[in-house]
Parts: sequence; structure tokens; C-alpha cells
Amino acid sequence: MTIASPSVSVAEPTLRRPRRRIKWGLIFTYVLVIIVTLTMLAPFVWMLSASVKLDRDVFAFPIQWIPEMPRWENYIDIWTKIPLGIFVWNTTKLTLIVTVLQLLTSSFAAYAFAKLNFPYRNLLFLAYIATIAMPWQVYMVPQFLLMRELGLNNTHLALIALQAFTAFGVFLMRQFYMSIPDELCEAARIDGMSEYGIWWRIMLPLSMPALSTLTIFTFVNTWNDFLGPLIYLTKTELKTIQIGIRMFITQYTQEYGLIMAASVVSLIPVLIVFLALQRFFVEGIASTGIKG
Amino acid sequence: MSSVTDGGAKPPVKTGMSKRRRKALNILVAYSFIAPNFIGFAVFTLGPILFAFALAFMHWDGSNPIQFAGLANFWKLFSDRVFQSAFWNTIIFTGFTVPLTLICALGLAILLNQKIFGRNFFRTVAFFPYVASLVAVAVVWNMIFHPEFGPVNMVLYSLGVDPKNLPAWAADRHWAMVTIIMFSIWKSMGYFMVIYLAGLQGISTELYEAADIDGATGWQKFWRITLPQLAPTTFFVSVMLTIQSFKVFDQVYMITQGGPGTSTLVLVYHIYNEAFISWDLGYSSMVALVLFLLVLLITIVQFRWTQRSEGDTA
Repeated sequence: MTIASPSVSVAEPTLRRPRRRIKWGLIFTYVLVIIVTLTMLAPFVWMLSASVKLDRDVFAFPIQWIPEMPRWENYIDIWTKIPLGIFVWNTTKLTLIVTVLQLLTSSFAAYAFAKLNFPYRNLLFLAYIATIAMPWQVYMVPQFLLMRELGLNNTHLALIALQAFTAFGVFLMRQFYMSIPDELCEAARIDGMSEYGIWWRIMLPLSMPALSTLTIFTFVNTWNDFLGPLIYLTKTELKTIQIGIRMFITQYTQEYGLIMAASVVSLIPVLIVFLALQRFFVEGIASTGIKG
Repeated sequence: MSSVTDGGAKPPVKTGMSKRRRKALNILVAYSFIAPNFIGFAVFTLGPILFAFALAFMHWDGSNPIQFAGLANFWKLFSDRVFQSAFWNTIIFTGFTVPLTLICALGLAILLNQKIFGRNFFRTVAFFPYVASLVAVAVVWNMIFHPEFGPVNMVLYSLGVDPKNLPAWAADRHWAMVTIIMFSIWKSMGYFMVIYLAGLQGISTELYEAADIDGATGWQKFWRITLPQLAPTTFFVSVMLTIQSFKVFDQVYMITQGGPGTSTLVLVYHIYNEAFISWDLGYSSMVALVLFLLVLLITIVQFRWTQRSEGDTA
């Protein structure tokens, strides 16, 4: 349940310390690591601790990290105080549909780009490549106008349409398929397998690492997306958890305990997916370095 | 997706088929693979991108007919004070966030590349802020840096800082940007640490062994081996960080709403305001074009640099 350790070990740079005093260097390292870890963790621990406190105790100083009387009711109240259930459902629905569509359509298109010959192949692929570096923020306004024209404003379909067909997905899958030998497809063709069969029976099972990377990138990006839902979804019953919590904050500014409990709830799914697929995430970053 | 089942029924290669028909069928099959993704991509990404460029030279409020504006939106950039502060705020944000995140990420990577107990746990902790939802962590950040009751100011106060000198963080013109920069570093340094870890593992151990024989200190090894060997990684990370920083929006919206005044207003925020608050769609697209040019500039620099270094090794 932790980031995969490297296969190659590296001579540890024992900063500033000559070899015979390595013990001191090690102690120094541990102290530093623990300080850094505490800094990274502090906001999350504070969030957890505040989520079971009364509003007036949240800012008590010195900080009481473990409340004497944990108020677990906060976790019950948030579901009735705001439609958190609907927000969670909306986000889950959107995330699952986008992720599945993304995986299917990009691996499908990537197969043709990597293994089939057809006219304008390079030109079409260039269209994908050219937009990878194009920030979404540059064309989000025209995209919104188009969606409005299509009557998709204030629908989940708009968010699905704009997140499911990314250049990143096609690019990532294509790069992976390029590394699979062509002979494998040739052999299957001679055996009479159709191209669709080759994609489904040979390429998909072989590309599990790339699919996992794409899954976790898409999942995390869709679940955490903020600006997209902010632009498209104005009706409360359509909102995702991110803008739902944002709405909650503006309505109940002082209800710190409840806001923290809702935040904790919004973090849990990402935490689970992250811990389960973390190896692929880390490998994906290290090999592609591309961020959604 | 439907084409999977439709096409699966007719295998593309059949004996006894004329060569020409077989070739045409193969092309059709290839296009059926591309179509589901490409149609969505063309309609919802390519189309809007082309539209964005056209819209920058138009006047439109979204309901009345579009009018051709020529360069009017372009000239407006020079008289729009808000745009100018958004532009400079974006540059300032980038100018601080990129080097600071770089140093923190490299430091973390070196620290967590050593053989220490629980290393994988520490790496996970360092990485988690990156995947954590921005809204949730931004809310906590706002509370921790609350000017009156926040624990950060409480600690500063108990350390003897005069209450009058305590920074008001997000509520103060001068500290608001600092607050956002600190948040951004904390949020994304784990991600770049992972890239640096991959870079560190690519350095040959022989270099360090040779340095040990020569009696080099750890500090010398860092400056003479680690840093030069990591140069390509550092370049790559800087490019990604710069582009990411140009696009900053979410944390500004959550922490300061661009304020106080326009002290943390950034380019994407201005695009958002001009489009969805003022409904000046043409001008908003012109500001978006500025963002695009900034990103393009970085991409060209990256392309040149990569080509040059590839030329060196070849």
C-alpha cells in the first residue's frame, strides 16, 4: 500500500557528512523526513480532527488533535444538511462513465493508429498531438457556447462529452501499443481473427499497465474536476461533490465541523483508488510524465 | 462503441474476395476504430479550438448577433488594467512557484531515495496532496491560515509575534499571493518528486563509487554528479511546472477569489470573469489567446532544447 520501491538502488547521497560519521547523517535524515512528513500530513490530520468537533472547538488553541468527546454526529448531519448523497452519486456516475468511455474509445482508436494502415493516418494523429499542449482553459468558453447551442448546458452529458475523448488517452495507449510486436497481430490475422477480435483478445489483455495508468489519471481528474462542473452545472441536483462542497461552504460559513466532515467524505474514494492503483500511477508519471 | 458489435459480425479478411474490395474493407475497419473517439474529439475539442481563435476577433455577448471586431479586442488588452494585473500576477505566481516547487521536489526525492525505514510510506504521504481533491484541501488551508483563529497565526503569536504584525494571509494584499504559492507548492511537490525519483534511479551507481574512491564529500557528489545528471529531468519538470502555473485557477478561486482587490487575479480567472460574468466572449477569447501564446512559447523552447540535446548525443 505504498509507493513501489525502485528496482535499482542508488548510492545514498549522505549530504555534507563524510563516511565515518554516517550515523549522524542518518539521524539527521530521519529527523528531516519526519518533519517533512508531518508538514505534509498536518492539514489532513487537522481536517480529520476538526470533522468530529463542535464548531466552537475547531479553532481552540493549543490544538486538541484528538477531541475528548468526538462528535460523530457530524458525519450523519452532513447527509441531511446538504444533498451530499446526490453529489456523491452524481460524481460517481460521471467519473465511471467518463473513465469507461475514455478507456474504450482511446484504446480502440489507438489500436488503429498503432497497428493499421489507412489514408490520412498521420494527419489524423497529428490533430491529436497538436492539441495535447493546448490548455483546456484556452477553448473552454467556445466549448461552453457549443454545448449551450446543443442544449447540453446544465446536463451531465456536457461534462462526459468534454472529458471522455481526450488526446492524452489516445496518445498514451498508442505509445503502449507501438511497443507490442506487430508479429503478434499478423499471426492472429493468419489464424483468421478479425481486427476487432485482435483488439479485444490480444491487445487489451496485454495493455493492462497502460489501461491502469489511464484509469487512475482519468478517475482522479474527473473526480476532482472543479472548473468544468463550475461552468456547466448550476442546478443543485446536478452538482458534483467538488462544487457541492463549495456551495456548502458559501451557505454555512461557520459550520466548520460539518464542512470538514464533508471534505473527508470527498477524499475517501480518491484515497481508495489511489492506494489500490498507486503503482500504476507512479509508473505512469515516471514513464510519460504527462499530467491531465 | 456500437461499432464493436456491428463490425464484429463481418470479419475483414475473407478468402475469395477481390484484392481491391479487401483493401477498401480494411480501410473501413480502420476508420471504424478511430471514429468513436475522433468524432467526439473533433466536435468537442478541435471545433472549439478553431472557434476560439475566430472568437478573439469578434464582439459577442452570447445572445445578440456576432459582429466582426477586427483588432479591437487586441487593443483593449493595453487599456485593461485588470488584464495587466492578471498578466503580471500570473508571471509572479509562476516565477516563484516553479523554482520553489523544483527545489522542494528535488529535496524530497533525494531524501526519500535513501535507504531508510518506512521509505514507501513517506513517499505515499508526500504524494497524496497531489491526488487529494483541491476543494477539500483548500478549505482546510483557509482555516489553518485564518487571520484571527487559524493555528498558524496562533503559533506565530505564541512565538511572540506582535498581534499587529501577524499576517492576514488570504485577506491581505501582500500575503494573499504568498498563501496561494505556498498552497500550490505543498499540493504538487509530491508529483514532481516522483519524476525526480525516476531521474535519480537512472544515475549510474558507478559514478558515485568512483567519487567515493576519490574521497568526494556528499556535498561535492551532489553538485558534481547528482545535479548535472538530473539536468534533463530538471528541464522537463520546469517546463511542466511553468505550463501548469500559467493555467492556475482552482486554488485562486477557492482561497482568495482573485482578491483582495486584484492582488491574486490570474489570467484564467480573468478569462472566466470576462466570459461568464461580463459575457464579453470575444474579449475573453483574446485573453485566452494570450494564455495560449505563453504556453506556446514554453513549448517551442522545450522543442528546441530537446532537439539540440538529441543532436548532441547523436
